[in-house]
Amino acid sequence: MGLEEYKGVFIYAQQVDNEISPIAFELIGKGKELAKDLNTEVTAVLLGSNVKGLADQLAVYGADKVIVVDNPLLETYRTEPYAQALTAVINEYKPEIMLVGATAIGRDLGPTVSARVQTGLTADCTMLEIGDFPLVAVPGKEDQQKHNQLLMTRPAFGGNTIATIACPDNRPQMATVRPGVMQKIAPIEGAKANVVEFNPELKENNKYVEIEEVVKAVGNVENIMDAKILVSGGRGVGSAENFGMLKELADVLGGMVSCSRAAVENGWLAQDYQVGQTGKTVRPNVYFAIGISGAIQHVAGMEESDIIIAINKDADAPIFDVADYGIVGDLNKIVPALTAQLKAELGK
Amino acid sequence: MKIVVCIKQVPDTKGGVKFNPDGTLDRAAMLAIMNPDDKAGLEAALRIKEQTGAEVTVLTMGLPKADDVLREALAMGADHAVLVTDRVLGGADTWATSTTIAGALRNIDYDLIITGRQAIDGDTAQVGPQIAEHLGIPVISYAEDIKVEGDSVVVKRQYEDRYHMLKAKMPCLVTALSELNTPRYMTPGGIFDAYDKEVTVWGRADLKDVDDSNLGLKGSPTKIAKASDKVRKGAGEKVTLDPTESVTYIMDKLKEKHVI
Amino acid sequence: MDFTLDKKHEMARTLFKEFAETEVKPLAQETDETEQFPAETVAKMAKYGFMGIPVPKEYGGQGCDPLTYVMCVEELSKVCATTGVIVSAHTSLCIDPIMTYGTEEQKQKYVRPLATGEKIGAFGLTEPGAGTDAQGCQTKAVLDGDEWVLNGSKCFITNGKVADVYIVIAVTSITEDKRGRKKKNFSAFIVDKDAPGFSFGTKEKKMGIRGSSTYELIFEDCRIPKENILGPQGKGFPIAMHTLDGGRIGIASQALGIAEGALERAIAYTKERKQFGRSIAQQQNTQFKLADMATRIEAAKLLVYKAAMAKATQKVYSVEAAKAKLFAAETAMAVTTEVVQLFGGYGYIREYDVERMMRDAKITEIYEGTSEVQRMVISGSLLK
Repeated sequence: MGLEEYKGVFIYAQQVDNEISPIAFELIGKGKELAKDLNTEVTAVLLGSNVKGLADQLAVYGADKVIVVDNPLLETYRTEPYAQALTAVINEYKPEIMLVGATAIGRDLGPTVSARVQTGLTADCTMLEIGDFPLVAVPGKEDQQKHNQLLMTRPAFGGNTIATIACPDNRPQMATVRPGVMQKIAPIEGAKANVVEFNPELKENNKYVEIEEVVKAVGNVENIMDAKILVSGGRGVGSAENFGMLKELADVLGGMVSCSRAAVENGWLAQDYQVGQTGKTVRPNVYFAIGISGAIQHVAGMEESDIIIAINKDADAPIFDVADYGIVGDLNKIVPALTAQLKAELGK
Repeated sequence: MKIVVCIKQVPDTKGGVKFNPDGTLDRAAMLAIMNPDDKAGLEAALRIKEQTGAEVTVLTMGLPKADDVLREALAMGADHAVLVTDRVLGGADTWATSTTIAGALRNIDYDLIITGRQAIDGDTAQVGPQIAEHLGIPVISYAEDIKVEGDSVVVKRQYEDRYHMLKAKMPCLVTALSELNTPRYMTPGGIFDAYDKEVTVWGRADLKDVDDSNLGLKGSPTKIAKASDKVRKGAGEKVTLDPTESVTYIMDKLKEKHVI
Repeated sequence: MDFTLDKKHEMARTLFKEFAETEVKPLAQETDETEQFPAETVAKMAKYGFMGIPVPKEYGGQGCDPLTYVMCVEELSKVCATTGVIVSAHTSLCIDPIMTYGTEEQKQKYVRPLATGEKIGAFGLTEPGAGTDAQGCQTKAVLDGDEWVLNGSKCFITNGKVADVYIVIAVTSITEDKRGRKKKNFSAFIVDKDAPGFSFGTKEKKMGIRGSSTYELIFEDCRIPKENILGPQGKGFPIAMHTLDGGRIGIASQALGIAEGALERAIAYTKERKQFGRSIAQQQNTQFKLADMATRIEAAKLLVYKAAMAKATQKVYSVEAAKAKLFAAETAMAVTTEVVQLFGGYGYIREYDVERMMRDAKITEIYEGTSEVQRMVISGSLLK
């Protein structure tokens, strides 16, 4: 079958406990951009039991169409029935692009389905765009360059390298996408989904596993490793009370507070919040290092952060060697002023 | 009971990332280690061995020097080791890799296959589930705990906010998380024995039911369009400003980077 | 002649290094500060076979060679010299003489639990009045029926009190030569910790290796079975000397490890520490010092490894062991002193490891034969 028969951008609309996961909306947002370049539509694939009612939410965030597979076997995620269902959808509707969230579910479902439909899969993408493969045509072989390809960019080597990958000869082009990276669109209030119900005729086989127990985490256990934004304080913060200032900044940015070893040793914060060699290794999108000198042991735990902003009154502090943006100044003045400014601009 | 643990030799991207003066990765200077998730999987297998007397085989696909991680596994207590190596297998993506490993596994008796969830060089988490798919056996990913109960395994399967206790009939494949356990050290005597043992070496010809079109670089559906080392962060900008200017400066940067 | 290690020794080093970094290093400072014997670390080492590395498998050991054992003591001592000497005294001074001179029954009874680390071993030769000159030994053993009765004391005994098995050298007869000079004849004994009449004196407070348990052994009509004599009666002195030859290789490895550990820290520190606007590693004075230390350490390493190989292949290796210990110990002292100097004020405070390393290094020039004794052994072989 010709590759050109595969049309449309599909996204896997993950739901857990019949609640759509945020990644689904993010994928639709990205899918819209790709679909625009390809002059096609975005279809969300919603698998579950009693999930039809969720379809409109997907329309609100931009899905042109929602394929719903509603089956009691899909009540709780299990690899096999979900893989059967998604494979059947792909085989029936033949999308050219299939995006899945790089979640604990998507990173299981994605590889299983890609192997089953015999196509490639690029994991944990942080950038997706439509372009040519090869990026630059080989001289004399211009006609062999393929256009309108999905170019999937992802970090590898523990974030030390970046690779852009294409899947030129197989369809669909599949990618799992890292949560929190893509932007969802502004909601289209009142949008109703264009629902297509599909029956994949699931069959129980040897690959069905038995769920003996489902145990949900109690409460909201904060883990600084999950935070997208960390406001981290060190010896320079000076007291436990002053950490309140950092907390306010973290709150307005939707982040969390963390700290260096000095802060733990002074009893200002619990060890759970310590970043560094003897604490946790974190990779947030933004890491504020406030009053942290930047001992090598601390840096080892945070240098992989995407953006590091350091505030320190000591211009020679080693933290400035790793910071993207370093401000030499008084944290007691800068931090509250920054929080106030953010509150004003973000309307909080 | 027979367990096969699939392991991979990887550069130590966690502890020992080394850079060239131009900021690119110095791969040659990086230590080659057993992938941490795989090592946890091996430890889980060795614990099952201690309880049930299971036989543990380790298998890797890689360059001839991947022999080192097989010896390490033997020194920890694995019984047999298989190295799948062949020039035609080079440049494989996860599809071609899983096809190759499945082709090797078809030659081996197994009840349980354990792989690491993901390797620290690629971070894809794809090869385990894809091997299971090629072999037509159930897969349970992200295992935090593995127990053998009769002809089944019971696995604590981790998700972001919960875990499931899953039971699968063997043969099946489980992908292990590093959190599963703290792997044991080798013993000095184990190391000496490991080097006296025979490592089985297989090439392309030894793979069962595998088509050439699915192997190596040529058999990989995904192709690298571009790869570049992320240049290590050096010192960025450093400014000395009064508090008001500092706030404006930070706000500008946060906007520029789409944080707000 | 090939100076590269083969793969299995390389891997063994990787193991020891990883273990030392993960399990031993985090406790080194505390061990020194509190002077507590690191019992948990020893239990972990036992679990992984570190307490019986050169012992054949049939006696519960790892079946490796002296070189592997040497690398273990070396890597442990890089991060904690206390841990290094625990393994060294246990292996070289207790297991080794039983393996060399013991009967099959003694090997089965004592070596097996020692090699698995279930029991810890020690060795007692030195007495308050007899250090370098062993003829000054006063501890006596007299056969009384089916038992030997020991009286006397031994001092500065490494692994004292924590050990379960002690090799003790005691006078079993005094003979007169033709000129009427009295000569003490020694025998070696295996003494269990719980032997009646065996007790411990006070714990020594030491300058370095402060976590190692150093005690006085006291024998007051201490009774041990007749069959616990080790080797032929009257051969205790050569047994002790031969045991110390092996022990010196262990201490040489410890000294080598201390020197290497200090150099590693010096390299890291001088790259980081800035003075006058640049790192002190960029100053030629530092560079030359580092170069000299590295060269000296390499020379020490070759001597230590050569001695280990000699132990594996030769019956007598006194001179090799003496040279290795002499040079490695003096290297450890010189290097640690130099590294403290490079660290400046930080080198003198306890927060930094190098202060401890300098204190630890000193003992390697003293115990199991002082540097002067090593020179006697070496020159003796030249002038015989």
